[in-house]
Amino acid sequence: MHIVVPVKLVPDLVEELVIDPSGTTLDPDTLRLQLNEFDGHAIEQAILLKERGGGQVTVMAPDVEGVDDVLYTAAAKGADRLIKLCGNFGQSVNNHAMACAVANLIKPLQPDLVLTGVQSHSDLDGSMGPLLAAYLGFPYVGYIAGVTLSDGRAVVRKEYPGGLVAEMEVVLPAVLGIQAADQPPRYVAFTRIRQAMKTASIEEQTVEGLDVSGGPTVSRMYKPEAAARATMIEGKPDEVASRLVELFRELGVL
Amino acid sequence: MATTTVSQSSTTFSQSFYASLHEIAGGEKVRTCLQCGTCNGVCPYGYLMDYPPGKMVAALRAQRFERVTEADTVWMCVSCYACSEVCPVRIPLTAGLMTRAKEELLLAGNIPSELQVALENTQRYGNPLGESPRKRADWAKGVKPRVPIMSEERRPVDVLWFVGDYGSYHPRVQPVSRALANVLNALHVDFGILGAEEVSDGDSQRLAGERGLFEMLAAKNERALSQYEFKEIITGDPHAYNAFKNEYPKLGIVYPVRHYTEFLAERLDALKSLFKGEVNARVTYHDPCYLGRANDVFEAPRQLLSAIPGVELVEMPHNRTTSLCCGGGGGGMWMDGFHWEKAHTRLSEWRVREAMQVGADILAVACPYEAPRFEDATKVVPGASRLIVKDIAELLAEAMGD
Repeated sequence: MHIVVPVKLVPDLVEELVIDPSGTTLDPDTLRLQLNEFDGHAIEQAILLKERGGGQVTVMAPDVEGVDDVLYTAAAKGADRLIKLCGNFGQSVNNHAMACAVANLIKPLQPDLVLTGVQSHSDLDGSMGPLLAAYLGFPYVGYIAGVTLSDGRAVVRKEYPGGLVAEMEVVLPAVLGIQAADQPPRYVAFTRIRQAMKTASIEEQTVEGLDVSGGPTVSRMYKPEAAARATMIEGKPDEVASRLVELFRELGVL
Repeated sequence: MATTTVSQSSTTFSQSFYASLHEIAGGEKVRTCLQCGTCNGVCPYGYLMDYPPGKMVAALRAQRFERVTEADTVWMCVSCYACSEVCPVRIPLTAGLMTRAKEELLLAGNIPSELQVALENTQRYGNPLGESPRKRADWAKGVKPRVPIMSEERRPVDVLWFVGDYGSYHPRVQPVSRALANVLNALHVDFGILGAEEVSDGDSQRLAGERGLFEMLAAKNERALSQYEFKEIITGDPHAYNAFKNEYPKLGIVYPVRHYTEFLAERLDALKSLFKGEVNARVTYHDPCYLGRANDVFEAPRQLLSAIPGVELVEMPHNRTTSLCCGGGGGGMWMDGFHWEKAHTRLSEWRVREAMQVGADILAVACPYEAPRFEDATKVVPGASRLIVKDIAELLAEAMGD
């Protein structure tokens, strides 16, 4: 069983987001990147499957700031092979272009299963999973919270809106978009990460032929603008409270 | 001291764990445990631990230590030093046994999810609150004269103030930091802070079993500190104080350090001349575990409080070495939900009830974990809403007419 987990890093929302003077993208100098949360679940799911049934886990990520930490942390959790995707990843690289190029690198690895986070907050043109599946010619199921493997098949739990869960069977090889791993991503002690930095090695593979044509272009990026509909109630706490109660009554919520 | 990962090759887990205790100062004393059980009794959460310290030693002797790491109640330990304090043969129970046990649980992945979040935040942002490291000095905005940041000053100072995580980011403790800045300014102390270059001291993470993370943080703080010239470090955070005083030196990081109460108690006359008003109140003082029991600073905070005009200082039944823990130590700060699930009570409430019993108007504190914890407790202990919780720095600033 070879499980390949392509992941990506996305802007860390703990840091203030600054828009680049061009007005169409985020300022790369103030940007801090972190592993897409759903991709963290994809890595965890891959490692859980390996622990249950054996196999090999390969994690790959684009070469951006912070990627080494992400890969070494994956190794500390149990990933066997780490691949850094080198290339020119400007913010104009869309998921279609990335998926096409990454699929070409995944094919020779002959994976039985490709797990990726179901979505990320930086997706502009759809999520990676279905695109990868299309380029690989594999079936795809997304919004997965639970995977069991048996006899060349995966039984997956797919979550639907409205609290419905379906259990379905997929023939491998397949691509799964992971919403949540069977268990929350584990904690890995810092000593283990430091150990991985000494013992694990990161392979570099060059991503070629990034064709960004046909992707969406951002014409304007801006922060939510304040609308004029909010009313600020001023005064002493008691007065503000009474006015609030009045307003609630007027609006019929009290 | 390197982190010891216990392997289970030819020796049993109990044997290798036992051997690892000997690498800790005084660790060999575990041999002399009398099984008197005083530690189990004095532990504020001992009654609900599967293995309070004494029972843990018994399990170790019975070669059944794996049972200890399979249970999760070791996480009830708030590293308050109550057990170490009463041990008649002075076994380093807090620094040795309990912390080593937590290290094993952590390596085995047996940790409460809340603690995981705090540790991951610390790994990524350098603080357990998950705040932006760039905003570490934001609390100081508006303080006049301006709080000097070392990277901007580029000059030697007398005092390097290590502000700490909660003093930097917690909305209830930021005002304490501003109050202390005002007091230092009023005394014309030549000081500076590290600002965004400061990271968590890591002591509570260490006591929660994350030694590797602690060492990484210590190295980062050292990289920042070594660029600058100063005569001593002061801090408002007893956990940072403990790190600089007792733990960083083991890693070769040596600076003279004092808690701000010690630093200010030396300047009592100057302080007194600055007091303009009175704080007419019955005040009781809570000894923080890491200032009092762990480091024997008992008098300086009391001297400061007694110097404030109008203050009547009264003691609670548990004071000095018998002080009660606020519940925040050893990672407790990040396991409120877990502790509540197990205990259905909070240690902070116990303390607030004692403050009420002695008729205090103000519960004075000297640790950044305490103001938020005790203030929360006053909201749930019946009749305690009139109790005011203030850091000593806030009371001093208030008496100066701040």
